[in-house]
Amino acid sequence: MARASTSAPAGPERTQARAGGISPRASARRARPGRLRRISLPYLLLLPALLFELLVHLVPMVVGVFISFKALTQLYLAQWEHAPWAGLGNYRTVADFNGPIGQALLHSFVVTCAFTAIAIGLSWLFGCAAAILAQDRFRGRGVLRAIFLTPYALPAYTSVITWAFMFQYNNGLVNQVLHNELGITSRPTFWLLGDNSFIALVTVSVWRNWPFAFLVIMAGLQSIPRELYEAAAIDGAGIWQQIRHITMPGLRPVNQVLVLVLFLWTFNDFTTPFVLFGNAAPQNADVISLHIYNASFLTWNFGEGSAMSVLLLLFLLVVSGGYLLVTSRRRDA
Amino acid sequence: MGLTEGTVRATQYGDSSYEFQVYGANSEPKKPETRGVRRVRRPSPIAIFALAAALAITVVGCSSSSSHGTSAGSGSGSGATITYWASDQGSSIADDYTVLNPELAKFTKQTGIKVKLEVIGWPDLLNRVLAATTTGQAPDVVNIGNTWSASLQATGALLPWSAQNFSAIGGENKFVTSALGSTGAAGKPPAAVPLYSVAYALYYNKAMFQQAGIAGPPATWADLIADGKKLTHGGQYGLAIEGGSIPENIHHAFIFGQQHGCSFFSSSGAPTFTQPGCVQGVQQFVNLMGSDKIVNPGDAEYDQNQSLSDFASGKAAMLMWQAAGANLKAHGMSSSQYGVAPVPVQSGVPGQGTSVDSMVAGINIAIFKNTHNLAAAEKFVQFMTSPAEQMILCKEYGSIPPVSAAQQDPAFATPELSVLRNVLATSAVAMPQVSGESQFETLVGTAVKNLFADAVNGPVSAQTVEQQLASAQSQMSG
Amino acid sequence: MPSPGGKAAAIRGPMAPPRSFIWTRRIVLGVLTIFALLPVYVMVSSSLKPLQDVSGTFRWIPSPITFSPYIQMWQTVPLGRYFVNSLIVCTCAALVSVLLATFAAYAVSRYRFRGRRVFTLVVLSTQMFPGILFLLPLFLIFVSIGNATGITLYGSLTGLVITYLTFSLPFSIWLLAGYFDSIPRGLDEAALVDGCGPLSALFRVVIPAAIPGIITVAIYAFMTAWSEVLFASVMTNDTTRTLAVGLRDYSTQTDVYWNQIMAASIVVSIPVVAGFLLMQRFLVAGLTAGAVK
Repeated sequence: MARASTSAPAGPERTQARAGGISPRASARRARPGRLRRISLPYLLLLPALLFELLVHLVPMVVGVFISFKALTQLYLAQWEHAPWAGLGNYRTVADFNGPIGQALLHSFVVTCAFTAIAIGLSWLFGCAAAILAQDRFRGRGVLRAIFLTPYALPAYTSVITWAFMFQYNNGLVNQVLHNELGITSRPTFWLLGDNSFIALVTVSVWRNWPFAFLVIMAGLQSIPRELYEAAAIDGAGIWQQIRHITMPGLRPVNQVLVLVLFLWTFNDFTTPFVLFGNAAPQNADVISLHIYNASFLTWNFGEGSAMSVLLLLFLLVVSGGYLLVTSRRRDA
Repeated sequence: MGLTEGTVRATQYGDSSYEFQVYGANSEPKKPETRGVRRVRRPSPIAIFALAAALAITVVGCSSSSSHGTSAGSGSGSGATITYWASDQGSSIADDYTVLNPELAKFTKQTGIKVKLEVIGWPDLLNRVLAATTTGQAPDVVNIGNTWSASLQATGALLPWSAQNFSAIGGENKFVTSALGSTGAAGKPPAAVPLYSVAYALYYNKAMFQQAGIAGPPATWADLIADGKKLTHGGQYGLAIEGGSIPENIHHAFIFGQQHGCSFFSSSGAPTFTQPGCVQGVQQFVNLMGSDKIVNPGDAEYDQNQSLSDFASGKAAMLMWQAAGANLKAHGMSSSQYGVAPVPVQSGVPGQGTSVDSMVAGINIAIFKNTHNLAAAEKFVQFMTSPAEQMILCKEYGSIPPVSAAQQDPAFATPELSVLRNVLATSAVAMPQVSGESQFETLVGTAVKNLFADAVNGPVSAQTVEQQLASAQSQMSG
Repeated sequence: MPSPGGKAAAIRGPMAPPRSFIWTRRIVLGVLTIFALLPVYVMVSSSLKPLQDVSGTFRWIPSPITFSPYIQMWQTVPLGRYFVNSLIVCTCAALVSVLLATFAAYAVSRYRFRGRRVFTLVVLSTQMFPGILFLLPLFLIFVSIGNATGITLYGSLTGLVITYLTFSLPFSIWLLAGYFDSIPRGLDEAALVDGCGPLSALFRVVIPAAIPGIITVAIYAFMTAWSEVLFASVMTNDTTRTLAVGLRDYSTQTDVYWNQIMAASIVVSIPVVAGFLLMQRFLVAGLTAGAVK
């Protein structure tokens, strides 16, 4: 009998003809628009959010996919609707790993994968360590938490530009410390050019993201009951054993979500490499978001740029989908 | 039929109010308790969404008043308004407004046409022009780098300067021929007309030269290297280069390529980046740091005019730059402290062919094809390219007027400007006027930037250079 | 039963951590503190140096200390205008985003309707869209809307508000739905029995109970909009430029005014850092309710 429109068992339901106090026909007539309104309420609630999502995310994405099938180069910018149809031509060019553009894209993809793996690993490690170590109450814990969260709270363009300032060859703090003060390196090193640019990028990314890992794991730790620790301690388990056998398994659901979110953010991160390196990224730090931006806006070939973006999106969908399948299966098992 | 005890049923009335009934054990409605049953007006969802809509409209309202879209004026003749996007020529964007606003006021007084000015920085200007081309929301008049002319011409967004259009601003002949060479592809009407002209020159620090016992500026390229080596000691270096800057890199790559007989494009417009001449030219340039070692390795990172600061503060003795005078003054270096000479070439005598030592640099002014007010826009271009205005603006910006009548003014006979004028007239060559020109600039400029990253470690081999250029060439799309 | 940590621990108490742990904690947390604070120190100290000190070799202690960057930064670049633009855009985006997310989260949390799972999946999957993919199409769509209806979206603050509020919607809906889930349905039921409609229940019962989550979502939306660079760089012009893009103007043809950049960075960061630190407790609570299922 229940209309499956609300989960509250005592929620309002339409009366049938048998309801007392109101004439059946009148109630049926009056109730019909109400019934529609009842069923449609959740949809109405969703509608504004859905409309904006359509406008800003979904429709442009479809248009982007559409553009990837057209040869939209500088010649057609002024009348982009009339750009010639390229079919799979753009895809063939960007996915041809023997050709120059495909090779550059593949290289960029590999760099991004390496960058993401290392950056996520370090961010998680720092976040986990800090969350576990800061779990107990000690003096200054609140201040410490505020300090740790600051890198995440600072707007990206301010903190990354500070890092660019610090990484300067001539006057930067990093070379000042490593070369002039500590004497670790015999010559100042380049951080924004050349081979070390990868290290610079990883450093800045980890610096920005580990507080988020810290925050999430801190939240997750709160859901592990204290009794488990106490029982383990009584059984003679040391701190490190407790961490290994209680904390880590208890954090698994949190870690699964955290790793996925960090993966998506880091892989797609545009602001950090853009502010750090400007328009032309050094080859070792040519992450895919910056690479596609350059491919579109510097060579004016938006058709190819869109094709690259679609391939990126497909990759992310496949990886995320696979990841979610694997993790949910393990959870059910 | 499922009416168990405790089930609550609600009746909704047409006026959105409710009546609740609680069913008792025998499936019969209990008497409604006066306390538990109320006829309550439910706020209809419509009201909520009306609230949200009102909020949205407020947002639109409060922000549309502060969004000044780039709307072109309508109507012709006086009383019209045109939009003008100017490039950043002065020492800062604020400085440009200070220079241009009085001139625009003058124009309005003369013609009654109002000009809405926006000064756009170099990192953004090309993107804004592209966006304007794509969206159709363009200004009427815009400054462009003259090397962009052919590429923008290919988009079809700019008004072609036919004989008729030229006659509206005083004719093609009023411009210097060399400047006209950088206004679009050959065989097509120009996409823009010259506004300011500059060229590269060699700036040298007189005191540092004296200290090193060098009599005057280097006469040949070999002299420049020898002098640079004499001047490189301690913390100072012979030459400062903006190694991280794509425009600086591409300009020098092109000039040195020309010196070895290569123009990067064949006569039919096909890219020829890997011709031996181009490879040698680029190698010559990056090895100033790699093997000659007269450039500070840190310069490989420079792309915000730090090489200019280094020259001004005495960290480098020489600088190859376009019209640095105004900037050096802003850094506190007076014109008596430095000398200006043409950039030396192998043969010692700058000229055409393999003795070029600069490209034809400068700014062009263009009208967007979809302007609503062609007559007003042309009047403005005529004003900006009139000898009187040219003299004022070029003096402010330290550039050479491309309008012959204005070039004769004694204000352009300062040591620096005379050198530039001479270079423009005798030993400058226009960048390739092909539709892929801006791709060329980006790809080869980036390649040279990557080569500088190698040069910090030592000499760069011809093979490495050829590899980078080949990679750049293969990314050029038709 | 021996307590971990031996005799010293026994003195401190049976549950006290061992010495090794305490020292590890001190070292690790100390290193992380330095790592986190180093750029902040550089920002603060550089903002107090005159221009020649930031253009030369880096020195740890600024001397002389000068506040002139904080004064000059307002003139070098129209920072005031950029500030106002950012404030308008981010506040509007946050408010509207919270409103829409509240409605949507309520629907997702309280109703089992057809398409609920699809909606959730679609909304979450938008998190993985690379911004560059829909940057150009979005701006083309805005232009088309502008041409068709006369509402200027491209280059206007409205367009930016619409863009930013949508960016924070997925995470907000997800977080709020989790938050609402943790509010027992009994509260709703009581309200409904008392004669409220579902929306009235939302406003009178659920929202007051979820205030921490709502504040979190509002601050998150504000922060996301405040820091966004890519879309701001393309969708704004001179008058509507926001801080994210405006700070680039400090590197001019003559100089890079590092000290003013740092001063501006600090001033620009204060609202978001303060807001974040205030709400981080709620964020933790919200994440616990939402993420840890």
